Amino acid sequence: MMSIEWLSVLLAVFAGAIRASTPFLLISLGECLTEKSGRINVGLEGTLVTGAMAGYAVSYVSGSPWLGVMAAGFAGTSLGLIHGVACSFRRVNDIAVGIALLILGTGLGIFLGKPFIQPQAPLLPAVDLAWWTEVPQIRAALQINPLFVFGIALALAMAWFFANTRPGLIVRAVGDSSAATAALGIRINTVRTLSTAIGGFFAGMGGASLSLFYPGSWHEGLSSGQGLMAVVLVIFARWDPLRCIYAALLFGGAGALGPALQSIGISEGYHLFNAAPYLLTLGIMLFEYSPGRRIGGAPGELTLFR
Amino acid sequence: MRAASAVLRIVPLSVGGGLFVTTVALSLSALIFGAFVASLGVDPFGVFATIYKAAFGSWFSWQNTLSRAAPLILAALCVALPARLGLVIIGGEGAILLGGLAAAVAGIHLAGLPAIVGTPALLVAGATVGGLWIGFCGVMRSYRGVNETISSLLLVYLAVTIFDHLVDGPLRDLSNVNFPSTHPIDENFKIGNIPGADMHWGLVVGCLACLAAALYMRVTPQGFAMRIAGGNPRAALALGLPVGRMVIVVCLVGGAAAGLAGALEVAAVQGRASGALHVGYGFMGILVAFLARHNPLAVIAAAILTGGIAASSGLLQRVYDLPDATAIVLQGIVFLSILTCETLYGRAGALFRWMMPGPTSRERA
Repeated sequence: MMSIEWLSVLLAVFAGAIRASTPFLLISLGECLTEKSGRINVGLEGTLVTGAMAGYAVSYVSGSPWLGVMAAGFAGTSLGLIHGVACSFRRVNDIAVGIALLILGTGLGIFLGKPFIQPQAPLLPAVDLAWWTEVPQIRAALQINPLFVFGIALALAMAWFFANTRPGLIVRAVGDSSAATAALGIRINTVRTLSTAIGGFFAGMGGASLSLFYPGSWHEGLSSGQGLMAVVLVIFARWDPLRCIYAALLFGGAGALGPALQSIGISEGYHLFNAAPYLLTLGIMLFEYSPGRRIGGAPGELTLFR
Repeated sequence: MRAASAVLRIVPLSVGGGLFVTTVALSLSALIFGAFVASLGVDPFGVFATIYKAAFGSWFSWQNTLSRAAPLILAALCVALPARLGLVIIGGEGAILLGGLAAAVAGIHLAGLPAIVGTPALLVAGATVGGLWIGFCGVMRSYRGVNETISSLLLVYLAVTIFDHLVDGPLRDLSNVNFPSTHPIDENFKIGNIPGADMHWGLVVGCLACLAAALYMRVTPQGFAMRIAGGNPRAALALGLPVGRMVIVVCLVGGAAAGLAGALEVAAVQGRASGALHVGYGFMGILVAFLARHNPLAVIAAAILTGGIAASSGLLQRVYDLPDATAIVLQGIVFLSILTCETLYGRAGALFRWMMPGPTSRERA
């Protein structure tokens, strides 16, 4: 009896991890790209809300959820461009601009999304990975968000991009030493602006994964701070796109642990499970950091870690 | 003890330069917001007139604006004070939540004591918890070199979970079915309104705190040392200034301001701790502080401007049928243009060149 209950908890956490981790995965990959180029965008919460709204609205109007995903991406790109261009000016603080965009993006999303709260837009179809089983819980758990699959592919592609391509090397170089790249004649601000804009595209898609798959609706409180977590996730993943996958699954799974335990009658400390990944990150930072040395993998130009 | 290598440099500015650039930035945001509203088919001039009327047009609207500004002033100090040392603290929200919770707990447990003891005790409890919370970021920064921006953000999430856990669990008032909250504090301890006005004393507390901070920075040797350390940490270390200790102290004080903001919300507005504390004052405070360029006195003006915009949303909705979020959009645009126009400082021609050139060669985007 007991073991079946625990199995169901495990299954629920697994299912929750996959379901909840898609926005985490996409925003952390977007943030990873931006931070690799040496800037930080803490405003992805705004991108997430705007992306979720744009995706839902376009899916409703056009009838195609995939067009919605593209629209969400471009909405995110616009916000990323604003961040990128604003921070290209001398003496403009990227963290502060990020917070301003957090507010602007959230405001725009709620403002423009007001007419779309009621109607039901077509949602993204699930990728069915449960052909091999009849157990309903497992079948339910393996209805995968197509954007999750995309995110995994994107993580692999980004890892390859950073390791093996010339533009990937340029992004890393700009992120590690602006003086050296400037000496090579590379336009630092252009590289950083593009990285932020493209990172915004992924983050916008993360928003679409909320509104067009799970929970699959649009309302003002849709995003519960996932966007701000992007920064934490990227640190947890040490600026490695592949580790972003683990980070996203861990953070997604931790959020699912509380409700899963509650479903079998353990309601003690329901909220505290949410804290586990943050405590873990804080612990890592406390031990990783040694004074005078950079945290492993951090881009050298990142204002946060200089 | 490690030196804080300043991430943030505050270039000294003349008042004239500051006013000039702020005017340019505000005009720019008016232009952008006007275009945005016009593109929706609404008369932009009418909208601006309405915002002015709703925010500053009458004594009634001033009261609305000022009550909204009150928590922002203290929340902004939590950013502005550490910024004087080059630190970027973005976790004031956590200190507000836990400070408010501590005040509620004190207000419940001290019930029966005279208000003259209870009310200060409740505020001190809030300030202490908030101070320790952000002070911890300073300790991690000083002893382990852990970046304070990230640690303070992480601590927001921890604060939220601790807050939710306690308010939804051990401290929950079960008679309040719909909405998790603590028991109400002793009615005696509640802070009333300023006589003749529909706003509470929190505004006065905030202004006094700003004044004290400004005086401390200007006239005390410690404040002077802090300004040196913020301008050039390496020089400060070479002078033998205790930069590490200053980092901790400034975080403690900033966190105490944010904790006090939470305690005042509980003691003067809500009467109990609940999710109503978690409405983003801490994040708005970041922008107010940047708007004010981390000058404690300018924080008051910046908070009033921000509160005024927030106060206008109701009237905009009634007159122009614009959604609630209009005020948020306008705030976003104002913040964005002010932050971007920061680049204009020192470039607006020879007119403003008489001020100190500032460490421009090392500056980056």
